[in-house]
Parts: sequence; C-alpha cells; structure tokens
Amino acid sequence: MYYTAQHLACARGDRTVISGVGFQLRSGQALILRGPNGSGKTTLLRCLAGLTPAVAGSISFSPDEVAYAAHADGLKAQMSVAETLQFWAKVFGARDVTPAIEGFALEPLLNRRVHTLSAGQKRRLSLSRLVLTGRKLWALDEPTVSLDMQAVAQFAGAVTTHLTQGGAAIIATHIDLGLPEAEQLDITPFRATAQTDTDPFLDEALL
Amino acid sequence: MIALLRRDLLLAVRAGGGFGLGLAFFLILCVLVPFGVGPAPATLAKIAPGILWVGALLACLLSLDRIFQLDAEDGTLDLLATSPLPLEGSASVKALAHWLTTGLPLTLAAAPLGLLLNLPAQATPWLVAGLALGTPALSVIGTFGAALTVGLKRGGLLISLLVLPLYMPTLLFGAEAARRGAEGLDATTPLFLMAGITAGTIALMPFASAAALRMNLR
Repeated sequence: MYYTAQHLACARGDRTVISGVGFQLRSGQALILRGPNGSGKTTLLRCLAGLTPAVAGSISFSPDEVAYAAHADGLKAQMSVAETLQFWAKVFGARDVTPAIEGFALEPLLNRRVHTLSAGQKRRLSLSRLVLTGRKLWALDEPTVSLDMQAVAQFAGAVTTHLTQGGAAIIATHIDLGLPEAEQLDITPFRATAQTDTDPFLDEALL
Repeated sequence: MIALLRRDLLLAVRAGGGFGLGLAFFLILCVLVPFGVGPAPATLAKIAPGILWVGALLACLLSLDRIFQLDAEDGTLDLLATSPLPLEGSASVKALAHWLTTGLPLTLAAAPLGLLLNLPAQATPWLVAGLALGTPALSVIGTFGAALTVGLKRGGLLISLLVLPLYMPTLLFGAEAARRGAEGLDATTPLFLMAGITAGTIALMPFASAAALRMNLR
C-alpha cells in the first residue's frame, strides 16, 4: 500500500504557504518532515488530514485514513484519563483501550483528572489517542514536545509497532527519533513565494 | 455521538462548566424585575410574559460562545473534525447538549418564576409549552452563530449581533402565545407557528453550522 502526494500546494487561511510538495510512502515506512519554524509543516499535515483542502495537486489517500495529532493536546482538564480514553475510543469505534494504555504507560494515571497531569503526561495521553483511531497513516505535528528522554523512546517504540503492523507515519519533528529506514523530506525549498490569486470580494467578506 | 453528548454534559456539570450560568441570570432577572417595576401587580401581570421570554432568550445567549470556543482553543475541534463523526452530527449534538443544559432548565424554572412576576395562572401552561417548543430553536440557531465566530477571540458580542435577529420570530410567537394565554384566548396558532420554526431550524441549521465550522478550520 502506497501513500502518494503530488505537486501539492497547501494554504493557511487565504495564504498559500507551500507548493509543489510531493512524496511517496509505503506501508511500514515513516517520513520525517524537516524545515525551520514557519516553513509549512503544520499546514501540510493539516492538508493531509483533510482539515484544509489542497489548493493544487493530488493526494492518493482519503483523509479518513489519516490520524492527525496536532500541537494542541485536545484534552479536557475536567475529565479523568480513563474518561478521555473511553470517549475517544467511542468516537473512533475502538473496542479496547488497553493497547493505548500499555503503549504509553498510562496505567498509573488512569484515575487522575487531566488538570493534575504534567505537560509530558498530557502529551502521552494525547498521543495514545492515535492507537485508538485504528487508522493506518499517522500525521504527527511535533509529537515529542515536552516529552522526556524515556517518553520519547516510548513514543518511538509505539511508532515502530505501528509501522511493523503495516501502518505508516508522517512526522514533523526537529529531533532524531531513531526510526529504522525513515525517509527525510526537507520542505524548505517548497515554500510558496508568489501569492496565488484569490477572490478579493470573498476575502473581504471572510475577514 | 452519544459519547460526545455525554462528554459535553459532563463538562458542563463539572467545575468550570457553563451549567447554571444562564439559569442564574434568568433567576436574578425575574427576582429583580418586580423591585424595579414597583408595587403594581396589575402592571407586572401585564409585562410578565414578555419579561420571562426576553429573560430566557438572553440567558440562552449568555452561554452560546462556549459551545465551540473551548473545543477550538484546546484543539479538540480539529480532532472531532478529523474523526469519523460527521461535523453535522457533532453540531447537532452540541446544540442538543446546549439545550439540555440551558433551554430545559429555563423551561422548568419558568413556572415558579412566573409566580414571582404575578403571571396569571392560566398563562403558565402556555408559557411553559412555548418555552419547551421554542428554546430548542434558540440552541440550534445559537450553535450556528457560535460556529460562525469560532475562530475569533472574544466572539461573544458578534454572536449576539448575528443571532438576535434570527431569534426574533421565536420571541414574537412565544411571547404572543403566553400573552394570549394570560387573557384566556386560544394560543395554539402562535405555538404551531413557533413549532414550525423550531422543526425547520433543527432540520437545516446543523448543515449551516458544519459548513461554517469547515470554513473556520481552514
């Protein structure tokens, strides 16, 4: 199974941030997105996840195959860890939350409310949701922010498990995760220079 | 979707949730109006249906910006948008949760608060029936307003401006039904018209809300 994107241009709001990006990824492989801050990594991932339609180009897979993990954790302070996992399991139709708990060592935290967790613990809970989605392609935006060394290794282990089970992953990160046979893609050269024409009346109406 | 409804209700009831905000506002308004109007039971009885309806409407408006704003800020909205739930379904569930935490308590509280405002006893059933039929429309329309302003910081004022004109028909028919009830007239016609508005908005507004959300997520 291959995941391909060709000549992709993606916009944030009404500004085209990157254009001409293409990649091919097969099952069991990870693609590491590199590029300085503001180079369009988040925009590309949001585009792949179907949150923003592509301005140009083609994507061979549907957004329904993509599990997206953003900068923001998407957690509710008032809910407990177990409640959070069960909620997302129901949303994604997963029957069992144990793989998520085991993969990210959440067992001791299950009954804690999210507002009592540290930033790294929240991050682990947020990432464990990926396992619950049951989707093949993970699109991860800076997944290791606020994780300690041990948790990073844990996370790399979870990604490796996902890859060996036939999944794939696209990861925007600045650190080395130590994933086997991961491809690198530097998106700096694809930065869009010229402003694409958009309808000026529509822009004003949406401001 | 049931999971989403349960989560929204749980968040509303737990500390920091918006539950009770609208209800408290409604309560305070209905307690203060008699003091403001002064000792004139006849005047009070005359304005009671209008006060109760306007109070319910403003109470509903108070909690609208919470519907999507909190989820948008912590990233949950992005995740819901990429989840298998259709955004139209999520918007409907959010509106339902808003009604259960705002519209329903207001409807239940209206009968005892009507006593405070010297609302004629024969008007009470019409008032309660009107609120029960009308407040779902307020929640559904309000969800649309919240979806339109989700990307904006402090969109509360804008929501009010966008949503209030859409609330007018419900307010007019609701207050008219309660007034007719107070005068002992038949109030079914305004109630039917209002029920029609509610049914129409419940059917159509979730699509508009989902479209607005998609636009704002870009």
